[in-house]
Amino acid sequence: MAFDAEVRVANGLAVLDLRGEIMAGADDALMGAFVTATSGNASPLLLNFADVSYINSTGIALIVGLLAEARASDRRVLVSGLTDHYKEIFEITRISDFVTMCDDEQSAVAAVAVQ
Amino acid sequence: MRTRSRLRRRGRPEQREGPEPTVSAPEPVAFEIAPTDPLLHYLQQAGGPVEIDKLKLESPGLEAMRTAGVALVVPLVSQGELIGVLSLGPRLSEQQYSVDDRKLLDNLAGQAAPALRVAQLVREQEADIRTRERYEQELRIAHLIQQNFLPREQPDVAGWVLNAFYRSAREVGGDFYDFIDLEGGRIGVVIGDVTDKGVPAALMMASTRSVLRSVAARFDSPGMVLEHSNELLCPDMPPKMFVTCLYAILEPHSGRLVYANAGHNLPYRRRSDCVDELMARGMPLGLMPGSKYEEKEVMIDPGEIVLFSSDGIAEAHDPEGKMFGCPRIIDVVAKHTSDDLRDEVLAALHSFTGPDWDQEDDITMVVVDRLPYDASDFEPANSDRDVLAEFSIPSEAGNERSVMQRVAEIVSDLEIDPSRLEKLKTAVAEATMNAIEHGNHNDPDLPVSVEVAKTSTDIRIRITDHGGGANIPVSTAPDIDAKLRGEQTPRGWGLFLIKNMVDDMIVTSDDVHHTVELVIKLGGEG
Repeated sequence: MAFDAEVRVANGLAVLDLRGEIMAGADDALMGAFVTATSGNASPLLLNFADVSYINSTGIALIVGLLAEARASDRRVLVSGLTDHYKEIFEITRISDFVTMCDDEQSAVAAVAVQ
Repeated sequence: MRTRSRLRRRGRPEQREGPEPTVSAPEPVAFEIAPTDPLLHYLQQAGGPVEIDKLKLESPGLEAMRTAGVALVVPLVSQGELIGVLSLGPRLSEQQYSVDDRKLLDNLAGQAAPALRVAQLVREQEADIRTRERYEQELRIAHLIQQNFLPREQPDVAGWVLNAFYRSAREVGGDFYDFIDLEGGRIGVVIGDVTDKGVPAALMMASTRSVLRSVAARFDSPGMVLEHSNELLCPDMPPKMFVTCLYAILEPHSGRLVYANAGHNLPYRRRSDCVDELMARGMPLGLMPGSKYEEKEVMIDPGEIVLFSSDGIAEAHDPEGKMFGCPRIIDVVAKHTSDDLRDEVLAALHSFTGPDWDQEDDITMVVVDRLPYDASDFEPANSDRDVLAEFSIPSEAGNERSVMQRVAEIVSDLEIDPSRLEKLKTAVAEATMNAIEHGNHNDPDLPVSVEVAKTSTDIRIRITDHGGGANIPVSTAPDIDAKLRGEQTPRGWGLFLIKNMVDDMIVTSDDVHHTVELVIKLGGEG
């Protein structure tokens, strides 16, 4: 399954709806969505993994690269929709130390609201 | 400056009739002059006796002298430094000090000053000697404590050599190690380091060792042992002190080594063709109540060796101030050929630091060496190996997905916990991807072979490519902080992921082939 990403703005969040498999070949679509989401507004980013079926080490590297870009522009990043397996991978890799982990979009909106 | 003066007491009768009475000198009166008092500077520069009544100076010392009845002060100056004063009250004869008196006193001061200076130096030297003797005594006590709490003998285990090395620095640190006999022939291996030096560190080392020993007898899990030890040590840990400690349990029969780490230097395992770090996360003991300790498990196969070490090795410096560092330790472990890895590490260290090295910190090593397999001694670890499937795929990007799915189907009947199955799938995909990209360089004519096997205790997946003969890099934990700062490439997660997804990863290689064997225990949970 290929990868694609769509950007929408909802409840003060720039939401990246990620779909498919995050692995080699996903970089253009992922970074393109990041650029779209971050151009012209300062909203926190929500990476929505609900429709992501597979992430490999190359995909982890792409996500880390995206987080480095977000950090350079002082942009807060939240993630939602991860399966338990990928939640654990985010913890093992310590990606979870640099993003706000949420179960779903509603939780992400609430997390931003309390800040 | 504290001084005493021989003074005539005030109130003494001015005149007495009859024969001249015997005039006795009054008791000295003590007064103090602060080191910052301007009087001291004045006296240093005065160049001779000074009449106190004629002196005009804003000085608490001067006031103190007047109150004490001092009439004349003779500075004692040695090599330009004011080292004391002769302070005199009014003459007993009631007359003023004459010019001759002053000359005499000045001459006396000229003689007394060097003598006084010599006396002062002797006293300072004696004080230095006493301080040094106390310090040496403390060092002896610290050494004694250290030595008494280290094992006198190493465990004698068939098929294994377990040994240790400890050499304290002159200023004794808090390194320690221990071997603990556990039920079922298992052995607890401890290495630790108390921050701080001298007697306080030695006492904390003794206390930590006792706590670990008592807790180790109650729990089979190294993570739990460190967790409970931490709870016991936290309340009594002095400020700014903590203990790094690695605790491992070795099952000599199987070669299984389960370990947890409280912030200590990582051990290195030398395999047939690579060295890997045995990583597990955890806070040092005594820092934070409620700390949890990650627990990891590896198999030490025949011919493999594990080195546990303290930071006194990695952080030793050469004469130019360069640090020995972990890569040099890894290099020694990788090139290890002799009977004794400890000697090789020490030789490399001494060659690096040079002969005049003043050892900066304690040096401690524990070596767990599994002797090469001897069929007469042991049953092989997986003699009951049952191959469930063998297949191969061409080296084309994306084929790792099909290997992952196929392995998952093959092991689906083995009642593996779903979360462990997910981890196995990730590890298989990553190992296959490595084989395709790095082993076979995406050459579709070179196959990647996969073997799925089961033993009574575990599932073993062997993934073989044609990348034999090349050095396998040491697997280290990626530094996400550096990656996010843009100082490192975001890549480099493959081996790290594999190691964290399975119970063990065994890498073997010959001139042609390179094999990664992934092991997950049957019956384990997520």
